[in-house]
Amino acid sequence: MTLRSRRPTPGPLLIALIVVAAAVGANAAAPAPAAAQETVKIAYIDPLSGGAASAGLLGQKHFSYFVDKINAAGGVNGQKFEVVAFDNKLSPQESLIILKKVIDERIRYVAQGNGSLVAHALIDAVAKHNERNPGQEVLYLNYAAVDPALTNEKCSFWHFRFDADADMKMEALTNYMARQPNIKKVYLINQDYSFGKAVAAAARTMLRKKRPDVEIVGDELHPLQKVTDFSPYVAKIKASGADSVITGNWSNDMVLLVKAGKDAGLKVDWYTYYANSLGTPTAIGKDGVGHVKVVAEWEKNVLPEPDPDQVAYEKRFTGKEDDFRYWRLKTMFEMLAAAMKKAGSNDPVRVARALEGMKQQTPLGEVEMRADNHQLLQPLFIFTMSDKARYDVEHTGLGFVTNGKVDAKDTALPTVCKMERPK
Amino acid sequence: MLELVVSSLLNGLVYGLLLFMLSSGLTLIFSMMGVLNFAHASMFMLGAYFSVQLGGWIGFWPALVGAPLLCGLIGAAVERWGLRQVHRHGHVPELLFTFGLAYLIEEGVIMVWGRNPIENKPPPFLDAALFRFFGTSFPAYKAFMMLVSAVMFAALWLVLKRTRLGLIVQASLTHPRMVSMLGHDVPRVFTWVFAGGSALAGLAGVIGGFAFLTAPTMAAWVGPIVFVVVVVGGLGSLAGALIASIGIGVLQTFAVALDVSLLDVLGRLGLSIGRDSVLYEPAAVKIAQMAPMLPYLLLILMLVLRPTGLLGTRET
Repeated sequence: MTLRSRRPTPGPLLIALIVVAAAVGANAAAPAPAAAQETVKIAYIDPLSGGAASAGLLGQKHFSYFVDKINAAGGVNGQKFEVVAFDNKLSPQESLIILKKVIDERIRYVAQGNGSLVAHALIDAVAKHNERNPGQEVLYLNYAAVDPALTNEKCSFWHFRFDADADMKMEALTNYMARQPNIKKVYLINQDYSFGKAVAAAARTMLRKKRPDVEIVGDELHPLQKVTDFSPYVAKIKASGADSVITGNWSNDMVLLVKAGKDAGLKVDWYTYYANSLGTPTAIGKDGVGHVKVVAEWEKNVLPEPDPDQVAYEKRFTGKEDDFRYWRLKTMFEMLAAAMKKAGSNDPVRVARALEGMKQQTPLGEVEMRADNHQLLQPLFIFTMSDKARYDVEHTGLGFVTNGKVDAKDTALPTVCKMERPK
Repeated sequence: MLELVVSSLLNGLVYGLLLFMLSSGLTLIFSMMGVLNFAHASMFMLGAYFSVQLGGWIGFWPALVGAPLLCGLIGAAVERWGLRQVHRHGHVPELLFTFGLAYLIEEGVIMVWGRNPIENKPPPFLDAALFRFFGTSFPAYKAFMMLVSAVMFAALWLVLKRTRLGLIVQASLTHPRMVSMLGHDVPRVFTWVFAGGSALAGLAGVIGGFAFLTAPTMAAWVGPIVFVVVVVGGLGSLAGALIASIGIGVLQTFAVALDVSLLDVLGRLGLSIGRDSVLYEPAAVKIAQMAPMLPYLLLILMLVLRPTGLLGTRET
């Protein structure tokens, strides 16, 4: 396995290492120069420490799994892959510093997922660098930052997104909700930042269009990852008489919200983006059965038989938190390899051109990388938490069962992207 | 409306009493030893994790006692072999010491129990609803939390004000040399105070652990707010800490319920701010969105207007 972890600022350990290295002879510790680029390096820039680290570390495991798989098959175009992990602590500033380093080390592929704020910083910086340094272009693979702006106003030729954006997910979620006649009053509660606001805005406009009879009884924004006690928010939801709640909350904000609802005996259905991972199913427990719904591109029970990658991954990573989660990373690596083969080169510019408009067959149906805004179209599903699922998550005995599917082509939304392609 | 007021009041009280459990130990340590203990919230976290671990082996009730005791032991060790050595060099090294300790404890917890929240459920009899009002259930563990907090306050107050031990502790604070001349072992008193404060934080952790989340981030979550309570309540004042805790708890919950912005208020007065104005965005922020910020606003106001805090006698 070729996986290295580097942090941009020297921690105490690093300082100690530097001191030792200085004593021994500093050259010995210096990183080897990028030796004739024998591998295709992918810089993985995500939080590996701090509150959001669990997400970054889970992604990192998927990356190393898929890279090892590609390498075991001999690599692509005679080159093997290597992931170099960087800890950005979920900070846009840190990420920009890391990007500089990445460019200095002549790494040509950058991957990131957690945090749309980080994505906004990276998409700009990558575009600027590529414009000024022809021949050294960097390709940006986004596997989870879902602010719709990234494939609309802010779209870039160098950015490819493999997760459905917040609007596409909301489209799928509201299509499903439109068919539930028992929904009368909906409460929106989201985190107070770009993604949370995008979720709320999308829910509002789409529900109004598809179910004009449904009343939106609340539209709440709360501080991002700062609330310890959601009881006051639950009291408001309760007072509003809502029967369903839509939330894009993730991590602790998701867990604590559902937990507070459970304590207060709140009887609502939760329509969520992220209730299926990172400790949330564990914390929700049985009370979520039948009530917690999630829109995603994948759950373990979606195929009649488990996917071979799911089996192999979970054989390698066996921790309670190590579910096979990022199906889209499987798609991403398969498409990346296919684009490289099609281009006959691992050069980012040629790969980018090959990726544009590329179609690919997957066990869940055909997917397509849109040429006009570089958004992947993939099937989306609505899942509900169940205690009868064949494969559970986080060793809880609880899993998710499929309620509905939206085909890839039906997830497409209009875009305002005006793609500027290099000549 | 009445429903929202009642539930907000109750939620505020519950949250406030949890804050008190957390901050009573800190106010003790802070006022007795002058140590701004950044690792206090880490003891809270350790209390939660210990109770889960012990609870699995020996059951809930023994864990309720055992986890705080363990935290107390760790606290005593930290004071005896850590803080006491650092103390000679003044307050800044002490502060840095506890800061580093908090970091170490967090990383240690991650190494042992992982980064994600672990499952922590109250025992079944505390998990059930105690009573219902307006269709909202009130879980028994919240009542239990309130009870523990009240007992903690009473016990602490009695010990400090009505016992010989309390007398020595209080005297050691203001006149350490005199107390030691009289034949009392002042350093040992400090060890006891630090251990006691840590144990109290651990006890709060046992209950806070299942009330909220048992996760490596829980220390960072409550860390800052406890300092607000201590400063607002007044240094060394237990009653002040109680009032400040409940006040902050209620303030925060009620603020969440208020969907009013400056824009709405101005609108009532017949004034308006144009959409293009720079002032539009800040004026459109609802009080509910600002709720978690309010305690810190209070902190700043308190430091400016009344540095001794509500019931304190010394400046912080």
